Amino acid sequence: MSSADARTAVGSARTRIEGPLKLTGAARYSMDNLPPGTLYAVLVGATVASGSVVTIDVAEAKAVAGVVSVLTGEDLPPLGPVLEFPGAPVKKPMEGDQIHFEGQAVAIVLAETLEAAEEARPLVSVAYAAEPVVLPGAGERQFLGAPDGDGTVWWPYGQPFARGDSAAALESAPVRFAASYVQPSRHHNPIETSGTLASWDGDRLTLWDSIQASMLLPPMFASVFGIDPADVHVIAPFTGGGFGCKGFWMHQLLAVAAAKAVGRPVKLHLRRGDQYNATGFQPLMTQRVELGADAEGHLQVYRHRVANITGMVETYLEAATEVKALYECPVIDTAQEIERVTVGMPSPMRCPNEGPGLWALESAINELAHEVGIDPLELRLRNYAEKDPLTGRPWSSKKLREAYAEGAELFGWHGRPRGGRRDGNWLIGTGMASAVGGTMRMPGTARVRLRSDGSVLIETDVQDIGTGLQTLLTQIAADEIGVPIDNIDVAWGDSALPTTGPIYGSSTMHTGSAVALACRELRRELAALSSLADPIEAVRAAGVEEVVGERTSQLPGGVEVDHDGGSTGFSMRTFGASFVEVAVDPMLGLVRLRRAVGSYSVGRIINPKTARSQMLGSFAWGWGKATMEASELDPTTARWLSKDLAGVHIPVNADIPGDITINFVDEYDHHASPIGAKGIGEFGSVGIDAAVAEAVFDAVGVRIRELPITPKRLLDALA
Amino acid sequence: MKRFTYDRPQLEGGAFSLLEQPEASVIAGGTELLNWMRLGIAEPDHLVDIARLPGWGEIALDGETLRIGALATLNKVGEHPLVDAHARALGEACLLAASAQLRNRATIGGNVLQRTRCVYFRAEAPLTWGCNKRQPGSGCAAIAGHSDDAAIFGWSESCAATHPSDPLVALACLDAEAELHSASGVRRLPVCDLHLSQVEAEAEGEDGATAENRLERGELIAAYLIPLRPASRSTYLKVRDRQSFAYSRVTAAASVELEDGVIGALRIALGSVAQRPWRLGRAEQALVGERLEEASLLAAIERDMEEARTLPGSDYKRRLARNAAIRAVMAAGA
Repeated sequence: MSSADARTAVGSARTRIEGPLKLTGAARYSMDNLPPGTLYAVLVGATVASGSVVTIDVAEAKAVAGVVSVLTGEDLPPLGPVLEFPGAPVKKPMEGDQIHFEGQAVAIVLAETLEAAEEARPLVSVAYAAEPVVLPGAGERQFLGAPDGDGTVWWPYGQPFARGDSAAALESAPVRFAASYVQPSRHHNPIETSGTLASWDGDRLTLWDSIQASMLLPPMFASVFGIDPADVHVIAPFTGGGFGCKGFWMHQLLAVAAAKAVGRPVKLHLRRGDQYNATGFQPLMTQRVELGADAEGHLQVYRHRVANITGMVETYLEAATEVKALYECPVIDTAQEIERVTVGMPSPMRCPNEGPGLWALESAINELAHEVGIDPLELRLRNYAEKDPLTGRPWSSKKLREAYAEGAELFGWHGRPRGGRRDGNWLIGTGMASAVGGTMRMPGTARVRLRSDGSVLIETDVQDIGTGLQTLLTQIAADEIGVPIDNIDVAWGDSALPTTGPIYGSSTMHTGSAVALACRELRRELAALSSLADPIEAVRAAGVEEVVGERTSQLPGGVEVDHDGGSTGFSMRTFGASFVEVAVDPMLGLVRLRRAVGSYSVGRIINPKTARSQMLGSFAWGWGKATMEASELDPTTARWLSKDLAGVHIPVNADIPGDITINFVDEYDHHASPIGAKGIGEFGSVGIDAAVAEAVFDAVGVRIRELPITPKRLLDALA
Repeated sequence: MKRFTYDRPQLEGGAFSLLEQPEASVIAGGTELLNWMRLGIAEPDHLVDIARLPGWGEIALDGETLRIGALATLNKVGEHPLVDAHARALGEACLLAASAQLRNRATIGGNVLQRTRCVYFRAEAPLTWGCNKRQPGSGCAAIAGHSDDAAIFGWSESCAATHPSDPLVALACLDAEAELHSASGVRRLPVCDLHLSQVEAEAEGEDGATAENRLERGELIAAYLIPLRPASRSTYLKVRDRQSFAYSRVTAAASVELEDGVIGALRIALGSVAQRPWRLGRAEQALVGERLEEASLLAAIERDMEEARTLPGSDYKRRLARNAAIRAVMAAGA
């Protein structure tokens, strides 16, 4: 392959380089490891959601053959400070006797076999002094102000925003609309549940962990165990899905502490049920949106109030008001509350912030369009934000107008039949919604080696959570260096490699940019050694074993993270629109997806194949959120009713039609990253719920404002 | 994990003697028993694997009867041409159950002996709420709590669980009999009488929550016998949130015999509305001689629905069940 061909690697549809490893079962996941002497750990969870531990009797559990130890809080080594990370818990596990949620770990069983550990688990006898549980609707509400308020809220999102007098503006608006929207708690439920295998060698710690942010662990365990972060070795190449729940959680700390306590490697692989309490969830939330507009539908005022549940001691704010930059509007007023109930800590999940926020805002916009009597797409265009309506800054790049136009064309939006067309027992409806996404940027680091045999090795500590990131890195390097893509390999998933950002937010932006910058440095090094144009000929002519480039993609001002453009002077977001056609059976309360179009303005697409897969998968999630997914609490005990995938549904193939078109507007965001790309994450899920609710209304004339749209809710609404 | 013994008898007689051991449990496909053992619902000391009993998986015509061996898997029943020809509702019900992988393992004998999917019952031990099925006398948290999936017929204050089987509803609609084998011989029982609602159990002096069927200890379902009715057509309708691998909100099986658009005979069974298949006896009688029309079905089926008692979460099921029944009858007669 010539170097001219190689420059077309970015933007071409490439199959994932790690695909064969996964397909053949050769990919080694964290919990596939088993160093000699490893003990199996299982957690004993509290059976009350509120109260305190009175006594723990471990004698019977310890007597089970194969059980080596049963640890309670007193048996753990002294723990140093837990660092505060975004969306991660801070309260040390098994410290003190207070119980704040059902399933909270109170003991760890360690055994030679998993069977022995499981047999002993129910034999750990714990006596509790139970106290009344606190359920959603009855919890203490807390307004969250500035991030430094009481020192517990670091989250840079969801702070109150007010411009203008919203009460007066609502009073005088010619058209007013207000409604409340509810969405249930939902769990991440990756197929691979979280797990940690910890092994100490003196003061050196090796971890095999199912994680999507391995760079969190060395500083954390250095702080907690008083060791050098350089002595924490994290091995985490493959992670079987994350969706926001595989950052730092207390089971990781418990595995490490247990291994230290017993002096043997410890493997703690959470079961599906454990994961319902131990690794977060998207919290139940209620949102109220009030809109005022003129008779033509131009927004005059937008007010948004959000309340989400969180734990009694752990605070998570689901920042649904972070959608306020979507439309031009002179008066904006947003604020959020948390409600403390006896559940574990919630956490970011599958497009946090905008995912929940647009369920409310885009539903309200659809309803306003109906009130005003104009097409929902036309209403959106009339309120199009040409610059950031909050800051007045120009967009780094925004092609939402093109995304709307191309999506509408692909869907046939303008010529669509309206409301309630019949097909057998089904009534057909259509709906749409916009999508907007925040841009969280972090530095990334990569090292690239060009060897004299023409091979290239990219080295960076990313984890694979199924998006195809490694393949994208080879595409970027192929173009930047000018070598055939098949010459390029990636070493990843090991903290001995250059530390880079997490695999959430926008990992292509940070690590992809770092690869590009490292390649450019490599080319400069090479140019100093040889004047030959072809890089492989040049490295041979230079007579060296290899030429190496290593770079960090820095953010302006040298900050560790920036949001939505940071100090660039630009506002940086992703945009899109979804269009759906659904069928509703009003007799049976069924909703089915018939076809859909997602059209996106998300910067440069490095690999259209993996990007399409990512959007399709997240579109399916959006359908699940709209129609079936919910985790419910028992209203007496505050225990999750179904801690499995039998009682909590996510879509299956049969739910998702083949006729889904994913469209990316041709775009290059010069300001967002050195490679023109922005993060797409699970962006395809955003707004699907609002589009589906609108389509259901179009089909049968009822508005469902509480998700999911189940047969029960539909039949109740249609009664 | 509790230790247990495992035996795989090659002959029926061997199975019966092994089942005489205390705390012995039958296993065939294993798709349900393993769930019970994981959740702490069952802790058998002895497993008796009947999966190899010769001839117990056969499907064949026997005179005016279609005989379906209890060890036939759901996929085997669902795809069998004799079932398609003579018991279409049953074939459809089998193929709408579970997932392809489970249908390849699960047997139609065991399927009707699965237990409720009530989320309170299906929770992992230790239970932190009352469940009279799991721990008699502890109460029923579902009645006071999340009742969306509760029964609307035949339930009592002790328990409001439904039976989740799809094939069971079709078998009940088709007037199938279960052939029951035990050490003391063979007997037949109409499938409609195989299970007990909570109210029926209590009326018979049994515990409403735990007495779920009329099988005697040591008795096995060996086969189902379905009478052939060449003039009837049947179908099965399953209403669920997602389109595969989900238990139903409500199901309806209907078998219709039509003569010139007039109903000659009609059988309707509802599923997921009670702890047993629920036949709509009033409508079945009232509609004979009527034309097959939605309006007349609605009026007749409403009379059966008068018996329904709902909880706050389950009120929608009254309408859903009625509508599903209408839809199934119309589809069977179409």
